[in-house]
Amino acid sequence: MFAFTYHKPGDTGLAVELASRNPDAKFLAGGQTLIPTLKQRLAAPSDLVDLGALGDLRGISVCDEGVLVGAMTPHEAVASSPLMKAHIPALADLAGLIGDPAVRQLGTLGGSVANSDPSADYPAACLALGATVITDRRRIAAADFFLGLFETALEPSELITAIVFPAPQGAAYTKFRNPASRYAMAGVFIVRGTEDVRVAVTGVSGDGVFRWQEAEAALATDFSEAALGDIVLPAEGMISDMHGTGAYRAHLASVMARLAVRRMGVSPWPEQPL
Amino acid sequence: MSPISMTVNGVPVSAEIDPRTLLVQFLRDHLRLTGTHVGCDTSQCGACLVQLDGAAVKSCAVLVVQASGRTVTTIEGLAGSGALHPMQEAFREHHGLQCGFCTPGMIMAGLDMVRRHGPFLEADQVRTELEGNLCRCTGYHNIVTAIIAGARETAMPATRS
Repeated sequence: MFAFTYHKPGDTGLAVELASRNPDAKFLAGGQTLIPTLKQRLAAPSDLVDLGALGDLRGISVCDEGVLVGAMTPHEAVASSPLMKAHIPALADLAGLIGDPAVRQLGTLGGSVANSDPSADYPAACLALGATVITDRRRIAAADFFLGLFETALEPSELITAIVFPAPQGAAYTKFRNPASRYAMAGVFIVRGTEDVRVAVTGVSGDGVFRWQEAEAALATDFSEAALGDIVLPAEGMISDMHGTGAYRAHLASVMARLAVRRMGVSPWPEQPL
Repeated sequence: MSPISMTVNGVPVSAEIDPRTLLVQFLRDHLRLTGTHVGCDTSQCGACLVQLDGAAVKSCAVLVVQASGRTVTTIEGLAGSGALHPMQEAFREHHGLQCGFCTPGMIMAGLDMVRRHGPFLEADQVRTELEGNLCRCTGYHNIVTAIIAGARETAMPATRS
C-alpha cells in the first residue's frame, strides 16, 4: 500500500479536525473495505484517521425516534443485539448476512454507509426504514444521503456519528449473495408501515440503492406476492458484470421482493438465511 | 514510524513500525509466529484468523497500529508448548485437514463459534459459519466433524475418556 500518516484521535472533534486539515485524509472505521482497498493500491490517502478509540460511537439504544446505532458499532453487535432483535429484527437479520463472521466482528455501520457501495446491505435498510444519518454537524435523511455509486451527501471531513432507525410495523430483508464476495447480487428491504409500503433495492442498479416505486404502489394496494405479479425492473442501467447481466439482476430483484413479502407473512420465519 | 505495544500470546511486545504494516505481517515477519498463514491477497480465505481481544478477525485486514494496546492470540498461543488445545486435538483425531494450510484459520474459526454459540454446534450451522474460511483440499466434511467434536471438548474436556 501507499504510504500515509496514521492518527488515532481520542475524541470526535479531534478526528474531524485532523481530517479537515488534510484534504486527502480518510477515516478508518472497521477497515474491512478500506484496508483491502489500500492493499490493492486502489486508494492513496495522505492520512488515515483511525476511529477505533472513539468508544462513544459504539452502542445500540432506544430513543424517541427509534433505534439509535452508533456509527462504530460492528455488524456482529447489531446482529446479536437483543434490543435490535426486539425492535427491528429485519435489521438484525441484515447485519448477520454481511460478509462473514470475521468481517462482521470489525466492519461497522458507519463505515458501510459512508462508503455507499452499490451492493452493500445497510443502505437498503436506511432507505426503506427512513433512517436519519447523524453526523458531527447535522442530520441527513437517508433519502437525501445516497447520491449514487460510492457517492453520499457527506462533505469532506464530515463524520457519521450515529444512525437512527424508526421501528417499523413489519419489515424483512432478503438477499441473494454473490457466493465469493458475499455482497448482494440483489437485496430487497421491504417495510410495511401503517400508511405505506417502502421497497428499497441494493446490489442491482449502477446508481446504487433506490426505492422501487412500482412495487411499493402494488404492495400498498394488496400486500401479497401475487400483487408483485409481472412487475419487473428494466434491465437498462442495472449492474452488468462477470457475475450477472442487468436483466439477471433485475429478475433477481423481483424474486427477492416476493421472498421478502412471503417471509413477512410466514410465522415462524425460515431459519436459514437465503 | 509509529510506536506500538500489545500482548501477543500472553507476552508483552512493543516496536516502532511503519503504519502500513498489517497485523499478519507483524506476527509472521517481526515476531516469527508463522503459524498464522496468508492464503490470499483479498481478505477472503480466512487462513490468517487470529483472536483480537478474544474475537476472531482477519489479521490481513487489520493494521498492526489498530491492534496497539490490545491482546492478540495466535494458533501458537492456544496451548502450552508441546500440548494441543482440545480444538487442535479434534482436528488431529478427526483428520480435519489434508495439506494443513487453512488449518490454523479453521481452528480459530471453530473456537470463535464456541465463543458465540457455545459447545453444542450443528453441522449446518458450522458450514454456514465457515463461509469466511476456504479449504481447497478436503471438501470440508472432516473439518465440520472436527469443529463439532472440538467445541464439546473445549467447553467440557471431562467428557473425553
